[in-house]
Amino acid sequence: MISSRRSLAGSLLLVLVLGCFQNAHALPAFARKYGLRCSACHESWPMLNYFGQKFKDNGYQLMNDRDAPIWQNPSYWPVTFRITPIWHRVSDARVSEDVVPGSAVSGTVERRVESSGFDLSGLDFHTGGTLEKNFSFYVLPSSDSTATFHFETVMGRLDNLFGSSWLNVKFGKFELDNLLSEKRILTLTTNGGIYQTYHFMPVGDNNIFGQIGDNQLGIEYMGHSADDRTRISAALLSSSDGNVGLVTGANSYTGFFTGSQAFDAGKLGVERIGFYAMVGEAATFYKTSGGVPIPGSGIGNKGFSRVGFVGQFYFGPHFDLQVVTQHGSDNVYFGQGFGNATDPNDGTPANDLPNNTPGTVLPATARAPSWNGATFEAHYVYSPQLIFIGRFELERMSQQALTTNPSNLGNITSYTIGYRYNPFMTSRAGFAWHNEYNFMHQDLTSFYGNNVNSSELLIGFDFDF
Amino acid sequence: MRSKSFLRCSWLMSAAAVVALSLSARAQLSTVQQQEWLNSPAATSHIGNITGNAKAAAPVYRRYCVGCHGELGDGNGEVAQWLQPPMYPKPRDFQLGIFKCRSTPTGTLPTDQDLFDTIARGLDRSSMPIWNTFTKDERADLVAWIKHFSPRWQNEKAGTPIQIPPEPEITPERVKAGQEVFGRVQCWKCHGVQGMANGPSASTLTDDLGAPIWPYNFTDGSRPKCGNTDRDLYKIFMTGLDGTPMPSFVDNIKPDEAWDLVFYLRTLQPHNAFNAKERQIAKQLGLKPVSPQ
Repeated sequence: MISSRRSLAGSLLLVLVLGCFQNAHALPAFARKYGLRCSACHESWPMLNYFGQKFKDNGYQLMNDRDAPIWQNPSYWPVTFRITPIWHRVSDARVSEDVVPGSAVSGTVERRVESSGFDLSGLDFHTGGTLEKNFSFYVLPSSDSTATFHFETVMGRLDNLFGSSWLNVKFGKFELDNLLSEKRILTLTTNGGIYQTYHFMPVGDNNIFGQIGDNQLGIEYMGHSADDRTRISAALLSSSDGNVGLVTGANSYTGFFTGSQAFDAGKLGVERIGFYAMVGEAATFYKTSGGVPIPGSGIGNKGFSRVGFVGQFYFGPHFDLQVVTQHGSDNVYFGQGFGNATDPNDGTPANDLPNNTPGTVLPATARAPSWNGATFEAHYVYSPQLIFIGRFELERMSQQALTTNPSNLGNITSYTIGYRYNPFMTSRAGFAWHNEYNFMHQDLTSFYGNNVNSSELLIGFDFDF
Repeated sequence: MRSKSFLRCSWLMSAAAVVALSLSARAQLSTVQQQEWLNSPAATSHIGNITGNAKAAAPVYRRYCVGCHGELGDGNGEVAQWLQPPMYPKPRDFQLGIFKCRSTPTGTLPTDQDLFDTIARGLDRSSMPIWNTFTKDERADLVAWIKHFSPRWQNEKAGTPIQIPPEPEITPERVKAGQEVFGRVQCWKCHGVQGMANGPSASTLTDDLGAPIWPYNFTDGSRPKCGNTDRDLYKIFMTGLDGTPMPSFVDNIKPDEAWDLVFYLRTLQPHNAFNAKERQIAKQLGLKPVSPQ
């Protein structure tokens, strides 16, 4: 209790200190190019608002005949860095723990593990914009907190082909066309910093390819009306979950389709409803050499799907509710742990042989798992500089991968609340004082089959420049 | 044919009127006066059956507009310093109450509908985006909000929109007549004989605040600032773009001639959704650029 009070007092002090900051010396790429404040495109950075979505759909262009780089100062360099120093306290219940520390033969017991301290996010280098009018790009080298980099996004886009906003083609590794984008999520904790609905996998399932929150490799057609009220997209993706090198299995593809329509609701704002559907196949077996999967040798493609409804509902300038639902299903093989073979020695038993070996016979009780999920995220936007966030997610198994599994095994309920306060709002940089709390409950997933509750409190500076 | 001296005189009179208006309008509203205005029943706009309320626009203005137009609506938002004319025109100073895009005669205030349309259309070749993402109510609210910055809206009514006769059928004769108007009223002096914004006066132009400004280049595929329909083009040269060197030609061009000029101007533009017929006729006629006389 005392530490909580201290945390609260420290938070208030920092808010007061931050309130005095007015100067920033760094330059977010798009805001600097166009001279617009963060708030023009972001409900709260990094989450896009309707205008920001239109800007993105236009290929990072305002369509004002000043989008080509030739109109920029020659010193303009479209780069933004983002990093987040944080303090967080993590509490995980029912962690399997040796009865005698250090003794593997002393037996195990489930106990809560709590840890807290100062920490760091990874670093993102965002660079994007136009190479020429109607030729846009985005490259995002991203590191984890140990500075190990990978390419989160690498894409080129042909915009407004033949002068039509209905013809745009993107190629490379990119964010899927999710209206509620996980890449622009407003929360940062381990479990609250992703949308559980976008990543849910049943217990025992090893289909990593249906995660719509991850950036994917492929090609995307996108079209929209001039005012972006109507949007459609269709993408053909490699079933690799964005992993490069075709290591997860060649010759398997996934389609991702979206459509949405917005309506002018007068004083309430612009309301939008839509759908998404991911339908794909991915390898379940791998040829082996010396018992080890041969990269890219995936065979035995099996199907999976994720379909859902998306709604963005605004109730005036201050309050909105974002809704995403999902019905997911995986082939029975995925449910039995077949699928990912990107790293059979990664310590995850499900990834190891012989699960992905051709000829494996499924248990008689095996079934194709399916589930339903929903995400509800509400925002109260006090001003462009202060937003309160509340999210409720639930994932419920509809059919388990084994008939012997309890019906609620793996169900998830997650709550996230927080706020982001930007002490200044300019076109030069973004800075948010971020406070967040997440609580997540999983049914029967501990080592001994008990419910698992996890929570995390996070305080940090989220800034880009 | 009107004389050059008459045209010069007309330009000077327009410029003088705008400057005089701007000087009088510069008597800014105090913060208290602005608050009184916001609380008054007059702080509204009317677009069709939509009534905009100025106060309701405050959060929208502060989110989207204030970076350029500033808290006081004086065009001195934080980024104004980075906008360098003529490449990027300075943000509009709402305190002056002078607007380029109007359906009303030069020197008069625009209608609510004019401002409503400008917000949704944006201003090509400037930092003003196409704000068609707003709801109609939000745009109407913003129109009411914009009006609270200038005392002109308290003292004057919007001008009466000019009468635009129905658009006639395009004919080769009309295109040729339009070219004659283009030469007679000396559009080419700024816009160039081929509409390439390279007339002899082009490099000398400044707006009323002394900032350099380019004439519109008909040939580069960009959209005219105040709209790209035939009626928009008609309005542009019959009302003028207040605050810029583009005068109103309402005293120099008869309504019927104005449509001829619209047809001719279309021939200067590269192929677009609006000018297929005009370009075809120009090709058939073998139109040559006007002679700069």
